[in-house]
Amino acid sequence: MNVFKKLVLASAIGMCFAPTVNAEMSIEITEGIESAMPIAIVPFASQGTPFDVSSVVDSDLQRSGYFKTLPPPQMPAKPTSADAINFPDWQAAGQNYVVIGRVIPNGGQYTVEFQLYDVANGSQLLGYRMSSPANGLRAVAHHISDMIYEKLLGKKGVFSGQIAYITTTRQGTQSNHKLIVADADGANAKAIATSIEPLMSPAWSPDAKRIAYVSFEHKTASVITQTLATGQRESVAEFPGINGAPAWSPDGSKLAVTLSKDGNPDIYILDLGSRNVSKLTKNRAIDTEPAWSPDGRNIVFTSDRGGKPQLYSIPAQGGEEKRITFSGSYNARASFSPDGKYITMVHADGGNYRIGVMDVNSKAISVLTSGPLDESPSFAPNGSMILYASRKGNTGYLSAVSIDGKMQQRLVFDSSEVREPAWSPK
Amino acid sequence: MKLTKTLAIVAMVSALTLAGCSSDDEKDASLLDGSLNGASGMNDASVSGLGDGSGMSGGRFGANGGKYGARGANGLPPEFSDPNNPLSKRTIYFMLDSSQVQQDFVSVISAHARYLLANPSQHVVLEGNGDERGSREYNIALGEQRSKTVAGMLKAQGVSESQLGIVSYGEEKPVAMGHDESSWELNRRVELAY
Repeated sequence: MNVFKKLVLASAIGMCFAPTVNAEMSIEITEGIESAMPIAIVPFASQGTPFDVSSVVDSDLQRSGYFKTLPPPQMPAKPTSADAINFPDWQAAGQNYVVIGRVIPNGGQYTVEFQLYDVANGSQLLGYRMSSPANGLRAVAHHISDMIYEKLLGKKGVFSGQIAYITTTRQGTQSNHKLIVADADGANAKAIATSIEPLMSPAWSPDAKRIAYVSFEHKTASVITQTLATGQRESVAEFPGINGAPAWSPDGSKLAVTLSKDGNPDIYILDLGSRNVSKLTKNRAIDTEPAWSPDGRNIVFTSDRGGKPQLYSIPAQGGEEKRITFSGSYNARASFSPDGKYITMVHADGGNYRIGVMDVNSKAISVLTSGPLDESPSFAPNGSMILYASRKGNTGYLSAVSIDGKMQQRLVFDSSEVREPAWSPK
Repeated sequence: MKLTKTLAIVAMVSALTLAGCSSDDEKDASLLDGSLNGASGMNDASVSGLGDGSGMSGGRFGANGGKYGARGANGLPPEFSDPNNPLSKRTIYFMLDSSQVQQDFVSVISAHARYLLANPSQHVVLEGNGDERGSREYNIALGEQRSKTVAGMLKAQGVSESQLGIVSYGEEKPVAMGHDESSWELNRRVELAY
């Protein structure tokens, strides 16, 4: 039975004109889970289509670590319509699920149809039809991956999202810093800002339309907000001293920032409408790296008021500051999970800097990684993975680890230093 | 301070408000000087939108853009390039995990203090830097502490605050690219940028 639900992808498509960045990226699963689901993504029927939708779906699902996809040469058949599927063959091939589809040219656009079947009983679990211009087919593929992932795992996929990160290439004493935005699989990487002076600390607005970051383009620090669709940028904080660590309030109306204009680094709240700044922390030690809780009530930050950096919490309206980390000699750079139940941070006990995750209620910290120098952790929008920067030898990587630590992926770049990844919130 | 701006202005530059909110009336002279380098916008950066197709027509610019104190090439007197003169040393190193200056560099700071006292219109920017360990924004704060340590030593010898600017680059501008103590030691530094 074919039940198609019509779905038109509009906004997800067509933001593809800025120059593509040379740095090639590939993704390796360095640690997968044993219970990965066997699934066959049969190559979609496609006459003369410019883009291989099904292979992107295949690699999305395989890369997630939760699925084990069947290579096409091992498939018992290559059906492209429902009545051509012989389910016992797929059962014999050890598959739990099979996906078929078609990409059909349709007057300048393309119609993409796919169906997901449960091999055990032959029932259709999903069936959708979408239309898209040629340059939107990659987004359609990621959207299909998200739908399959959510149907089979019960939580939202993250294949349609984007990541931002910073790269640096150095030649002699010259360096070139880029703030890059790419699809979650590393494709479509584009530099949205380039500077010979450092760029730092990219942070997505809650609606994923803007990125705040720190730029030293004038040889002093300033906090910039930049609208992705237009490239329009504004310097929102350029006080004497530090202007850093921007973090958006959940409603997108404010930034928490670190300023040192009044002496030592403290957390300030910057209202993006009025541009007023108000001082939130008033300690004489270093206070920096604010992170807003998803309910907007609290701000967690790094402070070395006790000697070494630890995480503290303060009500966003001001109030009592409380230390919240007690294990490890170093806890810094907090970031909340989307449901607010976890905080990830840079955690050290001794000389190694690793990614930790803290249960907000119990305050128990689990260490998820084993690097000597892991940093800048942030959650995927579905809360399942933490993206961070790591180093092996002289090569910098972006990596992702599941919050139970069982699954690890590494995003491998061909050259430049790469760091400070941030997953778009939607 | 000369600047070669080979900036092909991208379409969105007109929308920039780089003056932003520099409302602090204590903004000191050398910081203002730093901002003036880019008063017409982004001498050292280019930006690009993802959606409007205008791309990055800005290209690369400011490759030699107004780096203060381009190592003696900036009209500084000859003693700055005489290796026997302490003024030729413009990088100050620090003790391990500390904003305490290594003993050898106390006399270097004193020499710079004397020079600044004798040349009250001379500005210098104290660029604080750190090693790669730990989180980046926290390292920005540590770099600023190092800059302020040097600023304090200069002021203790009579240098006027208005001659001093402070910027911290944290771990973003390493000079040694290794990942061990011998590199970290070289990166924990303050550069005096005239």
